[in-house]
Amino acid sequence: MIYLDYQATTPLAPEARDAMLPWLAGPEGMGFANPHSPHRPGRAAAAAVEFARDKVAALLPPGGRVIFTGSATEALNLALLGRNWKQVAVSTIEHAAVLDTAQASGAAVHVLETDGDGLVPGNIAIPSGTGLVAVMQVNNEIGTIQPVAAIADAAHATGALFLCDAVQGAGKLAPPEGADMIALSAHKLYGPKGIGALWLRDGIELAPLIHGGGQEGLRSGTLSPALCAGFGAAATLASARMEADASHAAALWVRARELLPDWTLNGSASQRWQGNLNLRRDGLDVARLMSDLRDIAFSAGSACASGSGRPSHVLRAIGLSDRQAKSSIRIGFGRYTAMGDLEDACARIDAAATAQGV
Amino acid sequence: MNEPPLYLDHAATTPLLPAAREAMLEGLDRWANPSSPHRAGRAARAALEDARERVKAALGWQGELVFTSGASEALAIALTRCRLAPAAVSGVEHEAVLRHAGEARKLAVDGNGLVVEPLPAGLVAIQHANNETGVVQPIDRFAEDVRAQGGLLLADCAQTAGKLSLPDADLIAISAHKFGGPIGIGALLVKDWATLRPSGGQERGYRGGTENLPGALAMAAALEQGRDWMGSAARLRERLESAITAAGGEIVAAGAQRLPTIGACRMPGVSAAAQLIRFDGMGIAVSAGSACSSGSLRISHVLGAMGMQDKAASEVIRISIGIETKDCDMGRVIAAWRKIAGKASLAA
Repeated sequence: MIYLDYQATTPLAPEARDAMLPWLAGPEGMGFANPHSPHRPGRAAAAAVEFARDKVAALLPPGGRVIFTGSATEALNLALLGRNWKQVAVSTIEHAAVLDTAQASGAAVHVLETDGDGLVPGNIAIPSGTGLVAVMQVNNEIGTIQPVAAIADAAHATGALFLCDAVQGAGKLAPPEGADMIALSAHKLYGPKGIGALWLRDGIELAPLIHGGGQEGLRSGTLSPALCAGFGAAATLASARMEADASHAAALWVRARELLPDWTLNGSASQRWQGNLNLRRDGLDVARLMSDLRDIAFSAGSACASGSGRPSHVLRAIGLSDRQAKSSIRIGFGRYTAMGDLEDACARIDAAATAQGV
Repeated sequence: MNEPPLYLDHAATTPLLPAAREAMLEGLDRWANPSSPHRAGRAARAALEDARERVKAALGWQGELVFTSGASEALAIALTRCRLAPAAVSGVEHEAVLRHAGEARKLAVDGNGLVVEPLPAGLVAIQHANNETGVVQPIDRFAEDVRAQGGLLLADCAQTAGKLSLPDADLIAISAHKFGGPIGIGALLVKDWATLRPSGGQERGYRGGTENLPGALAMAAALEQGRDWMGSAARLRERLESAITAAGGEIVAAGAQRLPTIGACRMPGVSAAAQLIRFDGMGIAVSAGSACSSGSLRISHVLGAMGMQDKAASEVIRISIGIETKDCDMGRVIAAWRKIAGKASLAA
C-alpha cells in the first residue's frame, strides 16, 4: 500500500506514539489518572496536559490560549456557535465543518468568492455588519495558501473578528497572522485522532457547547493525557522539522509533476502547500482509476465528502465544470512518503489513466 | 515507610485494561481516515463498524450508537438535539446534565438520593447511578412513566456502563474511561434516530469530526472483559464500610441500592479537604465528590439535594473500587482512616 492521502490524515509520528505510551498505563504505572483529580497521580496527569498545551501553543501566535477539544470540527463549532454572531462571512472553499456550521448557526451567511486559482483575494470586501470572518489557511482539497494576514486586516477594518481553520497548515507553515481564533487537528500533523484545539486570542469570550465539569473552562469532558501528550510531541516535532518537511514535500512535488505531464493542475501552482497535488485529466473515470489501483491510497476530494457522489464544492468554486471536477484526483504526500513510492504510484496512475483512453 | 501508591478513585477514572491498551496500540498503527474511500480507509471503516457492533453486543444494546469524545459530549448532543426539550432533570445529576438543563425542572430526591417526584412529559434526564454516592435509580420504572406521557428518558450511565446491565432508556450516555477503556472516547446510545436532530458530518450525520478508531477499538476490548467482579467489589466495600462505621464514620445512603464500586463516607469533625491531604500524604488517592468539581470548595450539590447539612456534607469523601483492588488495599485504607479519625478525636 502506497499512502498518498496526507490531507485526510497523516501517519502517527513514532515520537508522538512514544509520548502517549506512559499515559496509557495500567494500574502498575499510575499514568492513567484523571488530570482533574487533586491527588498526586491526578496532579501528574494535569502536569502532562499543561506541558502538552505549551507545546501546541508554540505552534501558535503569542497572546492567546489553547483550548483542547475532541477534534478540529468541534473547535470550529465552538468558534461559530459559541457566540450569537448575527452575520458571518465565510469563503466558498471552507471545509464543511465551517460552511455547514455557519448555515446552521442562524446567522446571515455571506460567501466570499475565490478566483480561478482557488485564492480569496486579500483585499476582498467584507460586508458591513459582519461579526466574524472565516477563511482557512490552506485548502484541504487543492492546497492553496490563502492570504490570511490581509484578510484578517480586512475583517478587522470592518470591526469583525477573524477565524482561521489552520488544520492543513498548522505545523507546516507559520501560524496565520492576525487571526483571533485558530482551529487545529492533531491527526493532520502526525498526532493522534480524537483531539484538536481552538486557539483564542486573549480577551475573546465564547460560551461553551459542551457543559459539565468545566475542565477546559470553555469545554467540558475529561481530557486524555495520552492524546494531549501525543498532540504536544507531534507539534514539537513539526516545529523542529518545518523546513525539512517543506523541502521534502517540494522535492516530491517537482518529481510528481514531471511524471504526470498530461495532467492539469487545479488551483494555484505557486500559492500552495506542495504536499497537495490536485490534478485532472479530461474524461477520466476516477472511480475506475481507484478500483484499478487498489493498493495506492489517493482520493477524489475530501475524505469527509467522499461517497456523497456530489462534485467537489471547491473545484466548482474555482470554475471547473461538474465533468472536470469529477475527473480530478488528489494526491497528498508528506514526511514519510518515500520518493521511490511516489514515483511508482505516479507512473501507475498515469498508465492507468492512459489505458482509459483519456 | 514508602508504600506503593494506592489508587481508590476509580469513579474519576480507572486504569486502562491490558486488553484495551493492546487494542489501542494496534489501533494507533491503523491510522487511515475511516471516511477515506481507498482500501486503507475502507479497512479503517470496517474496523470502526466492527468496534461499534462489539460495543453494542457487549452492552446488550439493540439500538443505534454514536461515538463521541466522552460522556459530556454525548449528554450535550442528547440535551441540545433531542426533538423534545428538556423538561426535567434530577437534582443529583452530573454538571454535564445540570448545565444543559436550562429551564428544565429540577426533580427533588429523598434522603437516599432517589427521585421521588412525579415525572413530567418531555425529555427527562435521570442518571443510572450517582457518581458521588453510587445510588442506583430505578430507571426502567421511570422510563415507563415518561413514555406513558409521550416523553423520552435520557440516562447518564457513565458510572454504570460495563458494570451493571444497561437500563431501558431512550438515550444513554457512556464513557469508556470509567470502565477500563481510554479517556477521549464515549458514546451516545440512541433507541430511535427519529428522536434526535442530525448535525451533519460523520457518525451518520450525528457527530462531526474524524473518528477516533484506536479509542473505539479499545472501548470494545474493555467492555468485552466483562463485569464478573461486581460481587467481589461489593464484598470489599462491605468490609470497608463496616470498619468505617465501627470507627465512628457514617456511610451515605447505606441502605439504598448502590453501585458496588462507590462508597461515600463521612468522617465527623474532619473536613474532606483535610482528609484528602492526609490520605494523599500516605500515598492513597481518594476524592471529595467528583474529580470535576474537586479543587473547588463548593459543597456537593448531590449531598445538599439529599438533605445533608453543609457541615456534614463537607466531611464526606468518596472511596471507589476498581477491578484490581484487593482485600489488603481495604486493610490499608481502613488503617489510614483510623489514623486520621483518631488524631482528630484526640485533638478534640
